[in-house]
Amino acid sequence: MKSPVICCDRLGVTLGGMKVLDALSLTVYEGDYLAVLGPNGGGKTTLLRVILGLEKPSSGNVTIFGEPPGMAPGRIGYVPQRLFFDRDFPISVREVVMMGRLPKRRLMQRYGRLDREMADEAIETVGLTRLKNSRIGTLSGGELQRTLIARALAGEPDLLLLDEPTASVDPDMKTTIYDLLDRLRERHTIVLVTHDTGTVGRSVSRVACLNCTLDWVGPSSSLGTASLESLYHHPVEVVLHNHGHDGPNEPTDSYA
Amino acid sequence: MPDILHFEFMRNAIMAALLSSIACGIIGTYVVVRRIGSISGGIAHTAFGGIGLGYYLGVNPLLGIIPFSLLAAIGIGLLTRKAKVAEDTAIGAFWATGMAIGVILIGLTPGYAPNLFSYLFGNILTVPASDLQLILLLDILIGAVVWLFSKEFLAVSFDEEYARVSGLKTLALDLLMLCLIALTVVIMVRVAGIVMVIALLTIPAAVARMFSRTLQGMMALAVSLSIAFNLAGLWLSWVFDVASGATVILVAALVFLATGATAALAGRRKR
Repeated sequence: MKSPVICCDRLGVTLGGMKVLDALSLTVYEGDYLAVLGPNGGGKTTLLRVILGLEKPSSGNVTIFGEPPGMAPGRIGYVPQRLFFDRDFPISVREVVMMGRLPKRRLMQRYGRLDREMADEAIETVGLTRLKNSRIGTLSGGELQRTLIARALAGEPDLLLLDEPTASVDPDMKTTIYDLLDRLRERHTIVLVTHDTGTVGRSVSRVACLNCTLDWVGPSSSLGTASLESLYHHPVEVVLHNHGHDGPNEPTDSYA
Repeated sequence: MPDILHFEFMRNAIMAALLSSIACGIIGTYVVVRRIGSISGGIAHTAFGGIGLGYYLGVNPLLGIIPFSLLAAIGIGLLTRKAKVAEDTAIGAFWATGMAIGVILIGLTPGYAPNLFSYLFGNILTVPASDLQLILLLDILIGAVVWLFSKEFLAVSFDEEYARVSGLKTLALDLLMLCLIALTVVIMVRVAGIVMVIALLTIPAAVARMFSRTLQGMMALAVSLSIAFNLAGLWLSWVFDVASGATVILVAALVFLATGATAALAGRRKR
């Protein structure tokens, strides 16, 4: 029996008087690769923020590894949607990735050899070894996104949370990032938030459709166009990538 | 020994320039990368209340500034982060309140307030040896805290939300950093005065950022630049017999303008 990693029980979140999440119950098990889909404003990012302990639920209950949110920072690797940062900030790729080691070190304790090794390993995993000493401001969107994934990996997390990892990258880089996640799913439980329906069915194991409340959850293989259309209130093209990694994928516009 | 060094006040002035530049370059780097220059200005002006307190109690005004600037740092920090008061509102409120307290306390002090002008606009030529010891002590304190918390400060400066997710107490770290700014203000008051502290906190670090790849490198360069600005300003003020604090600021501003313009021109050429 696989153990539950995230348990949301009738979770409700109200932000500024607006109900963003309502009566959401969802369990993520160890080894899952869950894609959370939904329209903008559907509460996807809020769900991640609750899991991270950045937002407090107004009703219901959430546990992460059996504890309240924010209690197990060392087991979670977080990849934010877009980093609002100053492109002139004097910091290298490696220094950013080292931040992933923060939960492993006590306050005032300096980074050690192990931290540097783990950071270098994470940088290699995402294929940025060549750029590891570059200033962060010189990276492209895709390189920056991979840096953020490396930062999450450097902390050796059990759970990876990704918020729109492909929102601001070109199609080639999208494939690279999803290939990377395919490799990572063997070692990590992954929750991926996206409105990129093209990723669904590629390799995720489960899909949750979120629009304030949970509309639908199930294995990715049974996700139909109908459920997505009811979620988005307009026709949705489900693009499937059944061919894996061999060259350009042929999109299929319906799912039988 | 050159003529200029024969005078004790000049040797003190040079010591003050060197010692104040250490704090100003290190803390100025955080001020610039975190864009908290206006908070720093608010803390500095609130400190005027401390100068008034010093005069009123008949103690060294620098000792009066310490509680006032620390209070301003924690007050502005808590108001903006906990009470959701807009940052510029909190800064304005503290700024004016501190100055008002200072004006009233100086008014209540019998007699004339000597050297008031030098606390407002700085006078590096009048730094007594006892203040140099205080400045050295604060330098050591600031340097030690920054060394101990370097990875935490780097994390909250670059990506505060990620630092929080990683389990750091970001509010406490923020307040600690603001307190370090407050102590730097105490150091800088003798050199630049509370009105012009903000220039020396930002300009050397801002110039240093254009040439730095790491935060430590930026700090080292900012310290060096600050020393250079101070010594150049000191020398020019000696030669032309003008106010030293203001001259130091003008030298810094000129270099800032020149590097900014050069960078802008270089950027245009590339395009």
